[in-house]
Amino acid sequence: MREFLHQLLSGLASGAVYASVAVALVTVYKTTHHVNFAQGEMAMFSTYLSWMLISAGLPYWAAFLVTLALSFAGGLLIHRLIVQRVANQPVLTVVIVLIGLVVIFNSLAAWIFGSSIRAFPSPFPASAWYGSVFLSPHEVGMIGVTFVALALVFAFFRYTHLGLAMRAAAENPTSSRLVGIRVDWMLALGWGLAAIFGAVAGMMAAPLVYLEPNMMSGVILYGFAGALLGGIENPWGAVIGGFAVGVLENLAGAYVVGTEIKLAVALVIIITVLVFRPTGLFGRRVVARV
Amino acid sequence: MRRASLIGILLLIAGAAPFLVSGFHVFQLSQVLVYAIALVGLNLLTGFNGQISLGHGAFYAIGSYTTAILISHEVLPYWAAVPIGGAVGFVVGFLFGLPAVRLEGIYLALATFALADATPQVLKHRRLEFLTGGVQGIVLDKPDAPGGLPLDPDQWLYLFCLAFTIVLFAMAWNLVRSRTGRAMIAIRDHPIAAATMGIHTSRVKALTFGVSAGYTALAGGLGALITGFVSPDSFTFFLSIDLIVGVIVGGIASILPMLFGAAFIEFTPTLASQISDAAPGAIYGAILIAFMIFTPRGLAGLLGRRFGRATKGAGT
Amino acid sequence: MMRTASKVVPLLLALLVPVGLAHAKDMPGVTATEIKLGQTMPYSGPASAYAVIGKGEAAYFKMLNDKGGIKGRKITLISLDDGYAPPKTVEQTRKLVESEGVAFIFNSLGTATNTAIQKYLNQKKIPQLFVATGAEKWTDYQHFPFTMGWQPSYRVEARVYGRYILAEKPAAKICVLYQNDDFGKDYIAGLKDSLGDKYDKMVVKEASYEATDPTIDSQVATLQAAGCDTLVTAATPKFAAQTIRKVYDIGWKPLHFMTNVSVSVASVITPAGPDKAVGMITGAYLQDPNDPASKDDPGMNEWRDFMKKNLPDADATDVNYVYAYGVSLTLAQVLTQCGDDLSRENVMKQAANLKHFKIPVAVPGIEVNTAANDFRPFSQMQLAKWNGKTFERFGKVLSGE
Repeated sequence: MREFLHQLLSGLASGAVYASVAVALVTVYKTTHHVNFAQGEMAMFSTYLSWMLISAGLPYWAAFLVTLALSFAGGLLIHRLIVQRVANQPVLTVVIVLIGLVVIFNSLAAWIFGSSIRAFPSPFPASAWYGSVFLSPHEVGMIGVTFVALALVFAFFRYTHLGLAMRAAAENPTSSRLVGIRVDWMLALGWGLAAIFGAVAGMMAAPLVYLEPNMMSGVILYGFAGALLGGIENPWGAVIGGFAVGVLENLAGAYVVGTEIKLAVALVIIITVLVFRPTGLFGRRVVARV
Repeated sequence: MRRASLIGILLLIAGAAPFLVSGFHVFQLSQVLVYAIALVGLNLLTGFNGQISLGHGAFYAIGSYTTAILISHEVLPYWAAVPIGGAVGFVVGFLFGLPAVRLEGIYLALATFALADATPQVLKHRRLEFLTGGVQGIVLDKPDAPGGLPLDPDQWLYLFCLAFTIVLFAMAWNLVRSRTGRAMIAIRDHPIAAATMGIHTSRVKALTFGVSAGYTALAGGLGALITGFVSPDSFTFFLSIDLIVGVIVGGIASILPMLFGAAFIEFTPTLASQISDAAPGAIYGAILIAFMIFTPRGLAGLLGRRFGRATKGAGT
Repeated sequence: MMRTASKVVPLLLALLVPVGLAHAKDMPGVTATEIKLGQTMPYSGPASAYAVIGKGEAAYFKMLNDKGGIKGRKITLISLDDGYAPPKTVEQTRKLVESEGVAFIFNSLGTATNTAIQKYLNQKKIPQLFVATGAEKWTDYQHFPFTMGWQPSYRVEARVYGRYILAEKPAAKICVLYQNDDFGKDYIAGLKDSLGDKYDKMVVKEASYEATDPTIDSQVATLQAAGCDTLVTAATPKFAAQTIRKVYDIGWKPLHFMTNVSVSVASVITPAGPDKAVGMITGAYLQDPNDPASKDDPGMNEWRDFMKKNLPDADATDVNYVYAYGVSLTLAQVLTQCGDDLSRENVMKQAANLKHFKIPVAVPGIEVNTAANDFRPFSQMQLAKWNGKTFERFGKVLSGE
């Protein structure tokens, strides 16, 4: 029983990493209808920026906020300067551009910062009351931050004018332009916003998985899987999907098939779910008009 | 007529190549042919049939391993093992394609990406080690030219690959112009209209998956022969990414330009390393992005209508 | 007299020329002024962290060349990127051999990558010298006489741990955490070698992870639940740091053995937390620049000097540079021992003829020894235990044979 609890809680901790990446993926998807494969590498790069600021002497929260601002600007610029240029091209062209970004960020990070792993500080003190043998204070804090991010995203898209405008721009660019929405800027803002959530995901994951250029490469697949499992249009679904993937992976490895094949099993399960619910557990069924 | 003469010139160059360049260059050209076959396979599925696969590396691996196992366990000679590798790929692809018909767009992309990610783990599993050699992989000998022909192994293998390339390219060309091909394209462009017209959508989609996987698996078998070695590390998800890059750079829903796509994925990484050995990835990524900005529909798009008939509406 | 001389001298010269040509013909890649070497390194891709080894070696040879090279011959190392992909390794190695005409292949990195070219190089009788991986297969001189490793093999290291456990803790319940590739599996093989038929009784649980996994928390939890009191970890630096931290955080205190690949003070112990690794044992063969124990070591100071002069911008806490220095030094010794006969056969012969060769950056007491039937330059290591501040070496220098 103790071990089961341990696996479950560890699964929630790694699930939080996936879920926070999923939040960023959902943000990009809702605003541009593209899945940003480069989200993980952008998050890693943001985390390195933060690390540089902290190493230069800035206190944690100052570095945190500056990084968010820089990431927002970075995301915006990347969209305007690069992604926008292929915005009207087939989706696979955009995918290749994103793959190009992944490779660029990864290579630049290794070149500028080196490949040695670095410790990254956690804002949650190591002796906090909410820590336990199963979950360190940082892991608990990370789960909390994930839900806060989720709530912010949800509220933003549901209750603000800007959020509505951004959703409209993705859903129907032509009509949006007709009502005065500046579609190109909405898309760019979506990227900027996603970059913020990505940076948060990176800074939350780094104390756990250690900062290095390949930190996010394993995470992005699970974040992607979690987002789709829950339904990519739905922030709540994506987050639950992320947690589900984390727990599933742990339980499969510990109890079902052993660690040597657990990756394959976890992915088979996800695919099976998608076959029966093709738009994810909580996704909307899309009805096409002929 | 212009296209026929273009093909004639290409064949001439292709046939003469192994005698004009030395040893390892012939090896590189063989690798280009192998990738070209794999790309045609992927393009049939993604370009002509609209099903995005980010995991075709898995089928390449299946073909490679099947061929390697058959040769190393002395079940079949190499020239039979390669087509059998392709056949196994077809079966696996078809079986994967059956449930996959229910998945659209990014969901299918995820499913195929997951397949590619899981494949190395399956290949390494200790239960299969007696077949696959586990993490050590399988080493293969390069076959000599048959009947004492005055060719060294590199040249012979190149011509062997070239023969398959010509046959498979021709078959694919025929396929997309046949009724089945038109059905594939119709499903891509407007699935509901296609179904309304009596096309059995799920059967065509699953079959396309099978054929596509078969092509890529056969390419994998050839790849195993020319490299002489297979291991789980040879088939990471980077291979799947390379394949999709090759398809887009060559031109989605085209066949002959896949040769260009194959040359791109074979030579550009080395080119990038020569430009910068500090951050070769950054150069490669920049080249990719530049290509996409300036030739968003690949070489085929650039060459326009000659290849464009089937590309209209592709990839969206 | 002069007329005879004027006939004899050209005759003598004419005799010498074919001898000279024949000599040059036997030494591909070597001229009177240059020795050309080739290698493949993962400058791109997931293993790019190790590419600094190539950079360290390039710097060493540059320093050597500035001093005149080896007997007047400068060493040119052509290092190509293979992205850790075996098919690319085949291509680049063939390019080095067939296009660049290198004398031999030196310190290419990776097990799968080196396996892909092993047959090719041995068939062509080209030395595959000092491969940069610890797999056991590089010591098989009978089947692959042109292939030799350098670092102690992982399997040998695991045998040392196994024997120690048998001697000091025969009733141990052992867990193994390993990376699911040849590196990790070699440790399992080594433990099996030393524990023999006691393996199944003593090793209660094995857990693997993939290099693409984000964390290993689940595996550690599984191992703890199996009730082990001894843990052998075969993990690369990132996962080693995670393991050290997690084991401490869950309150588990096993006797912990860590592969010497992942015991760098700067890259593993410090991020994990120096107090969390207390009691951890490893088998060391090279010294660690960040370990206070090496502060005054003359060999390490020689290395520090080298780094300051030749690689001033490099990360001097990266132990890969120590490795690069050590293996380059070994090669220089082999080439010096060759004298004027730098044919491929003689290079291999001299590589298998290193006797009591001391490397400044090795742990004191450990020497490089090879013989025609012993292709293991390093087969010794000394166990060391982390005490919170440094690795304290204890016991004798052990052999893993």
